[in-house]
Amino acid sequence: MIEVQNIDKSFADLQILHDITTIFEKGKVNLIIGQSGQGKSVLAKCMVGLHEVDSGHVVYDGKDFTSMNRNERSLIRQQIGMLFQGSALFDSMNVEENVGFPLTMFTNKSSAEIKKRVDFCLERVNLSGKNALLPSECSGGMQKRIGIARAISMNPKYLFCDEPNSGLDPKTAILIDGLIQDITKEYNMTTVVITHDMNSVIEIGENVIFIYEGKKWWQGDKKSIITTENPEITDFVYASEFMKEIRQNIQNTRT
Amino acid sequence: MYHLGRYFLMLKTLFSVPSKWTILWRRVISELEIIGISSLFIVGLMSLFMGGVIALNTAYQLTTPLLPDYTVGYITQQSTFLEFSPTVMSLILAGKVGSNIASEIGTMRVTEQIDALEIMGVNSLNYLVLPKIIAAMLFFPILIICSMALSLIGGWLALQVSGLINTEVYVMGIRSFFDPFHITYALIKAVCFAFLIVSVSSYYGYYVRGGSLDVGKASTQAIVTSSVVILMSNFILTKLLLF
Ligand SMILES: Nc1ncnc2c1ncn2[C@@H]1O[C@H](COP(=O)(O)OP(=O)(O)OP(=O)(O)O)[C@@H](O)[C@H]1O
Ligand SMILES: [Mg+2]
Repeated sequence: MIEVQNIDKSFADLQILHDITTIFEKGKVNLIIGQSGQGKSVLAKCMVGLHEVDSGHVVYDGKDFTSMNRNERSLIRQQIGMLFQGSALFDSMNVEENVGFPLTMFTNKSSAEIKKRVDFCLERVNLSGKNALLPSECSGGMQKRIGIARAISMNPKYLFCDEPNSGLDPKTAILIDGLIQDITKEYNMTTVVITHDMNSVIEIGENVIFIYEGKKWWQGDKKSIITTENPEITDFVYASEFMKEIRQNIQNTRT
Repeated sequence: MYHLGRYFLMLKTLFSVPSKWTILWRRVISELEIIGISSLFIVGLMSLFMGGVIALNTAYQLTTPLLPDYTVGYITQQSTFLEFSPTVMSLILAGKVGSNIASEIGTMRVTEQIDALEIMGVNSLNYLVLPKIIAAMLFFPILIICSMALSLIGGWLALQVSGLINTEVYVMGIRSFFDPFHITYALIKAVCFAFLIVSVSSYYGYYVRGGSLDVGKASTQAIVTSSVVILMSNFILTKLLLF
């Protein structure tokens, strides 16, 4: 469980996050949704300490991350896996070295054991046998999946995914969503997924946090997001004309 | 002032005990190749021509019969050992190695690779920069020794081609008044400059904000600043070591 308490964050004079308080639950896929530029990625980066918060606390299973020093944070971070919006694979290393990197850095496993774990993680993201490719030789979608494989290679307790399926075809996107949900349940992880894909919300959204203008606007599960009358949310959920029509039809049949 | 403070904070984080020595060692070896071996050719070529020019210039100015011919060898040796090899070669390396380091680390910054390292709990400065510093401080002295040798050979070649002074006289000039301390002096400079080039360029790369355009700017800044820093510390070192 990750608790976020009253987080504020500004860059220069511009305040991005306003007093965000919420709880990300263990064993569930927690979604952060919202339009582009509303501060979703900044919130995630504040939670893992890549941005220092101006005020407020982030608490991992009762441990206050915000007040920790570098070495204490490093210990928590070894239990965090993160997929970045731009994948952030190491270009100088091939796929296998990328996925195995945390293992070589932090465990005393032999190279055979590491290879075995890497193969396992790659298989989970449907990339078996791509070990020797360089990131520059992989497509955007493959890079995303390699990023996920790297994020789960250490069996993290906390998994952050920043837009895991943007830029993927619908079928692969569903596969990735399913994968994230499966590993969350299997290893009882606390998973935080940032997305603006309504499909993912419907597929895997157990606890959905809607961010609007840097504030936590709404929180609930996937069923209540469909029925809520909050105008900012209906704007987001039913963005296209097609969806608006569907909504109209549903409302008409109700009355 | 702000830069200076952040630079020293960076050095503090950088010099921490690595989590695994084997990884540091492996990184040093690969950096030796990137920073060192790949610079051998350019340093060699420049040194040959530099030595040639020094020898020719000296011979040209020594038209007075009052000075013996071997002075050409002596002066070529002195200028090479004291200034040209350590300082000029370091300036060239600041261009080559410095821009390379700043753009490599800067690209890692803007593509969030450094964030990815930090998130895993890796001390990114220690992991990325320390091996480069160690490799450069080990290899620069070797480069400078090669440069000295090739510069003297270059001088000899130039004199032979133009038929000005014969080999024995040139070699005698090089050997007369030879002071081994001058080699030590050049190597001390090389090690200091190595540290400065790598740390200053890493600083500019590490703190890049923005996109690929800013990486380009950072790499130019890295070359300019490390060159200025080299020249300033050259003055201080010369004053300290020779007087
Ligand atoms: N390092 C930074 N320095 C200054 N401003 C920043 C920085 N990072 C983000 N911002 C600003 O914060 C705001 C929120 O950005 P953020 O990346 O969190 O958006 P987002 O919700 O993730 O959008 P998207 O869905 O497009 O990824 C933007 O206006 C952006 O300009
Ligand atoms: Mg984002």
